[in-house]
Amino acid sequence: MALDASYDVDISQAMVVELPPLADWLVVAPLVVGFVFGALCLMTRKDTGRQPFVAITGLLAMLAADIGLFWHVYTNGTVVMTMGRWLPPFGITFAADMLGALLALVTGILGFAGGVYALQDISRTGRRYGFYPFLLLMLSGVTAAFLTGDIFNLYVWFEVLLIASFGLLVLGSEREQLDGATKYAFLNLIATTLFLLAVAYIYGVFGTLNMADISRKAASVRDSGPLFTITAMLLFAFAMKAAAFPLNFWLPASYHTPRIVVSGLFAGLLTKVGVYALLRIFLTLFGAERDILAGTIAVIAALTMVLGAMGALAQNDIRRLLGYLVISGIGSMLAGLALGSATGLSGAVLYAVHSMIVMTALYFLVGIMVERMKVFTLREAGGLYSSAPWLAALALMLFLSVSGLPPFSGLWPKALLVKASLDVGAWWLAFAILLSGLLTTIAVARVFAFSFWRERDTAQKGAGEVQPAPAATSGAMAGSLTALLLLTVAVGVYPEPVVRVTDRIAAELKAPSRYVEAVFPPGSEPLTTEQTEP
Amino acid sequence: MRTLIFRSVAPYLSSLMILFSIFVLLRGHNEPGGGFIGGLIAASAMAIYGIAFGVSPVRRAIRFHPMALSGFGLFLASVAGILSVFPGVPFLTGLWIYPEVFGVELALSTPLVFDIGVYFVVFGSITSTALALEERERD
Amino acid sequence: METAMAILTGLFFAVSIYLMLSRHIIRILLGVAILSNAVNLTIFTNGRITREVPPIIPEGKAFPVEAVANPLPQALVLTAIVIAFAFFAFLLVLVFRSYQELGTDDTDEMREAEPPNEPAPPLGY
Repeated sequence: MALDASYDVDISQAMVVELPPLADWLVVAPLVVGFVFGALCLMTRKDTGRQPFVAITGLLAMLAADIGLFWHVYTNGTVVMTMGRWLPPFGITFAADMLGALLALVTGILGFAGGVYALQDISRTGRRYGFYPFLLLMLSGVTAAFLTGDIFNLYVWFEVLLIASFGLLVLGSEREQLDGATKYAFLNLIATTLFLLAVAYIYGVFGTLNMADISRKAASVRDSGPLFTITAMLLFAFAMKAAAFPLNFWLPASYHTPRIVVSGLFAGLLTKVGVYALLRIFLTLFGAERDILAGTIAVIAALTMVLGAMGALAQNDIRRLLGYLVISGIGSMLAGLALGSATGLSGAVLYAVHSMIVMTALYFLVGIMVERMKVFTLREAGGLYSSAPWLAALALMLFLSVSGLPPFSGLWPKALLVKASLDVGAWWLAFAILLSGLLTTIAVARVFAFSFWRERDTAQKGAGEVQPAPAATSGAMAGSLTALLLLTVAVGVYPEPVVRVTDRIAAELKAPSRYVEAVFPPGSEPLTTEQTEP
Repeated sequence: MRTLIFRSVAPYLSSLMILFSIFVLLRGHNEPGGGFIGGLIAASAMAIYGIAFGVSPVRRAIRFHPMALSGFGLFLASVAGILSVFPGVPFLTGLWIYPEVFGVELALSTPLVFDIGVYFVVFGSITSTALALEERERD
Repeated sequence: METAMAILTGLFFAVSIYLMLSRHIIRILLGVAILSNAVNLTIFTNGRITREVPPIIPEGKAFPVEAVANPLPQALVLTAIVIAFAFFAFLLVLVFRSYQELGTDDTDEMREAEPPNEPAPPLGY
């Protein structure tokens, strides 16, 4: 039965002969850890007492794996592993370049912070509904989407993170959640189905699904193949996932309905997966098509930025206001993609990292605020400055950071993006970036003025509710918020190392041949996956 | 749906379907079949049992919560991939051993473990969906 | 053959888009289900339609003996069917629950998360 012995077949043409070094396992380590611990949590779901310890251990292990992966990629360049010993393009490839590794690292940080925050925010009932298993599975899905090197596999990971996010979204099944989840579920499912449709055409045109393989074949297909249609479809699908302007309506309809920690992680992670996919598709795979679509993307970016910030201005509910700020941030990242220069891309990636951390932290902050105020609306908010001055300090720092004011992490990506726009003479894009910053400042300043500075109208709310500051905010919630805040301060005060990393990412994105060479090392004869023509 | 005929037949039908699902699961290694379709057959068996006797007898019959079974399957599938770290081959590479049991050579492999994992994932998740739908109908 | 498949796929897309334009959530659900089938047919057609035997290598051989059908689109379609099936099951439960809780299947009236007459934010103290 032993196949290798009895058949005279040269397996070196199809299979990896040299065994990979153990360090290459770091590519799959974060998601494997996530799946194993997610499965363990799923099995011990009823044991709500011990489950958090299993989950926190898992999140910590995932973070450690992400750090290890990032360090490995930082020192050794892109790491590649093909599943099941098959050579690319036959097997499914996982390829971690700097972009994927950096975003996976931030995912690990946010996941851990969210897990700690949830110790207090998610009740025992929520745990019984399966908060931690879904969290771990969603994080695995997000990480895997950042690391996979196969476009159909990317679709699969989109679906994995989507179904886990459904589970998180309906945790508790309140009326509002069911309503939000219905809209979220349908629109996201349609978006991923459209992505799958584009994948079908990619397969029809290229006969391969490996991203590196597509990238190196794109040039030869460009004249005959309908690449422009494919890229336009991908732009549509991923813009919907990322909540770019005309396709953003699902986000403010749903992101404020779940528990606040879930909202925070969604805001930090899910839309950024769409942005990542856009960067990957338009830079690594189809660079020439990006040049054609750049004008469209720039207009979408400017509209998303400005209208997102304007939507934030019009909201009474603080959580929905944050939803619009998420949308506005997506516009800035798309602006970097539209510019396509090294500075612009560096700014876009830096903005993605900044936005992931700050948006999650903002939702965490609102969670603490609401725990004290018991209301979500600006009309009724107030009195926090006198009851929790430390919270006011944290809030002010986060608000300045999200507006892009110094000395916080929001300043540098915006500076890079404005510089990149002015370099190519796109003054209107630079104006949109600055205008969205101004509008954001007004929106968050209003939140600060109303919920912190204004004294709570005691007559309106009844005396009993205001007096003793409701149960002092727990250490877990404040701790994870402070940790995220320290990150944004650190990046704001000392941005050099991060900018060096994002500059390197931009250089890698500008030269897709390096990604291709990592998957198909030069020297090894490229295998062909020719399709039989009908 | 609680007619006498259906209620008398349902237990035998369900147990036959479970048996058949295991057959399909094991056959899937070399022939058409496999963990997914096996899990679906087993989940339909549970659905039939649930239609005949109600949801709580099904929950008692499978002892564990369906989602816990799903988790077990996911765990098995992940472990099947991780095992390939020991010989140093890439993730998810198929590994084979051929032990002799009572003079018969058995071909055991990590793909089989993975497939059993898939069986449990599908069985658990579809059963819990089906039970959720059947439960609401009686509200 | 490809022409016939293309027309069929187009028909599927037309039906699904028509259903998804409805206000009633159950029709949208059916539209999404048909949409995923339309996409599956597209993948299948994109893999080139052949009249070859299934790609199973006979016992004792290391290669298929004759021309076989392309197995990859089948694997892709199978994966997509599995995923679409899981989503359909989940969405069915979700739609049913929200119909029970909200008492309507009309998306225009599902305004629980976005109240229709929400006040504007305060403009001053």
